[in-house]
Amino acid sequence: MTEITYRQAAARAIAEEMARDTRVVLLGEDVAAAGGVFKATEGLLETFGPERVRDTPISEQAIIGAAIGASMSGLRPVAELMFADFAGVAFDQIANQLAKYRYMTGGQVKVPVTIRLVGGAGLGFGAQHSQATENWFLNIPGLQIAVPGTPADLLGLLKTAIRSDDPVLVFEHKALYTLKGDVPDGEVLVPLGSATIVTEGNDLTILATQVMRQRAQKAAETLKARNVSVELIDPRSLVPFDFETVQRSVKKTGRVLVVQESPIAGSWAATVVGRLVTECFDWLDAAPAVVCAPNTPIPFADSLERRWIPTEQDILEAAMQLLGGEGAAMAT
Amino acid sequence: MTEGGSGAATETLELGLYRKMVEIRLFENEVQRLFLEGVVRGTTHLCQGQEAVAVGSCSVLRPGDMVTCTYRGHGVVLAMGTPMNRTMAEIMGRSGGLCHGKGGSMHLTDVSHGVLGSFAIVGAGLPVANGAAWSAQYLKTNAVTLAFFGDGATNIGAFHESLNLAGVWALPLIFICENNLYGEYSPLRLTTPIDDLSLRASSYGMPGVRVDGNDVMAVRQVVSDAVDRARAGNGPTFVEALTYRHRGHSRTDPAKYRPQEEVDQWLARDPIPRLEALLKERFGVADDDLLAVRVSSEKAVEEAIKWASASPDPTEEALLTDVFV
Repeated sequence: MTEITYRQAAARAIAEEMARDTRVVLLGEDVAAAGGVFKATEGLLETFGPERVRDTPISEQAIIGAAIGASMSGLRPVAELMFADFAGVAFDQIANQLAKYRYMTGGQVKVPVTIRLVGGAGLGFGAQHSQATENWFLNIPGLQIAVPGTPADLLGLLKTAIRSDDPVLVFEHKALYTLKGDVPDGEVLVPLGSATIVTEGNDLTILATQVMRQRAQKAAETLKARNVSVELIDPRSLVPFDFETVQRSVKKTGRVLVVQESPIAGSWAATVVGRLVTECFDWLDAAPAVVCAPNTPIPFADSLERRWIPTEQDILEAAMQLLGGEGAAMAT
Repeated sequence: MTEGGSGAATETLELGLYRKMVEIRLFENEVQRLFLEGVVRGTTHLCQGQEAVAVGSCSVLRPGDMVTCTYRGHGVVLAMGTPMNRTMAEIMGRSGGLCHGKGGSMHLTDVSHGVLGSFAIVGAGLPVANGAAWSAQYLKTNAVTLAFFGDGATNIGAFHESLNLAGVWALPLIFICENNLYGEYSPLRLTTPIDDLSLRASSYGMPGVRVDGNDVMAVRQVVSDAVDRARAGNGPTFVEALTYRHRGHSRTDPAKYRPQEEVDQWLARDPIPRLEALLKERFGVADDDLLAVRVSSEKAVEEAIKWASASPDPTEEALLTDVFV
């Protein structure tokens, strides 16, 4: 075991895959000479040279298009979108080209493109540099979506993404870059579509990713002191989604709370709740609950942004409400 | 790149170009007929009148070179040597089609013949063409990529992003603008403040060349020079080929927004009779030889339709293949 930061995990994943396979190339705005605006690609230019680690103009369509074209003709590109919000500029390339290429061509081509997108709120970047845009892509068949919440998961999921013959969008949360965590020695690969059970429990299932996972974990500790046993699950990828692990947990607990850092409309939380209600209704002792952000753009002011992002207290309150009388009894 | 048609191996280059242009013309006429008869569904965008751009450009390519084209791309696809029967089957949505019926007229793709894709979103093929050229540059294959697009695409963001990146990375790529004077139903002069689109190249540090797109030999020469330049590592070129679509934008558009005088002028410059005249005058080709090409091309198109018509519809299992479900 070695302790590394979430930031180091990104660079290590790319470096390991570049060392393993000369077809792996990296492109994006300021990824080379500057080592990334979040310093998540530092050292790669020095190690692998300017042919494999390429700075691009501020041209998101060109970045994603170049990755697509290169992926169909022999390379395995890793493209960075400096902020996940900039996916809006490249939406046609991602939604209409990348996602559909293999299907539309009757399987003639593989499109091994990895896109790294830096998302998430909490650092005062305002409405256009803070969104959890992974939710934008849920309704587009053909895209895999990873949302790593720890250094080990970022390392393992990013490496898996680079090896995938189908496109993967890997969302890195900017507020997690300083997060430290142990990673196993040797090669770390985390399959897409494999949820992890962060803490086991019997009374309540909580689903959360990234920063919300951190907060849910704290809430679970508080609840434990009140004799409520929480099973915290981090899905780690939204597409494919490990619904089996969620189902098993809900069968045991009968209660589920989904926590996410974005409004509910068209989100993964809404999707999971929909599936639970339609597929697991008989196991539920209470209606599934969601803690999410208000249906507004992300505000700038610290006081407002703090209120916009779901807090540990929000999670605690929702959990107690979901547990109802049972929760109150446990709390005494 | 004339394989897949009906040409004899010993045919001269010029007669081969003629054959390919005739095949495309007849193919498009038949697609139009099949569309009006309801055999081809959805929509379709025909390229009659623009054959010389596709055929002249693709005739200079080598195996391993790549192209991206537009939804008006049947001509480029056939010019790359893609089998006519499977191309027709794709347009008809049959399982024997290039994309097993999952792409259709606007998404014709045949990677084995260098056709990386036909793009139904205006300008969307250009960024992808950059990637193919980047790959060739990185892998040192010496392959070039041709990116075909229309005049309308020169006003979309992807065009500017792509030319800029290709310029700064000196990519082995030729941007070929098929300027047919209309972006869908709108004349160029109402959508674009300049009429010489090749001027746009200078902003991106690459040569911009204008060519008579209805003169197949002229197109061939200009693209050949650009390809040599790209293979030598000297970067991209922008070629503006002036041409005209004989038909409307799509489907049953009668194109009544075009003045008859303009249409007549361009019909008089039809690239096929022009090449016939050249073949007779400069290369001494006999009328009978031209007729023989037309007859065998008709037969080839007829056989392609027959083959495509016999190809079954895709079965339901195909719905869930070629994608992560």
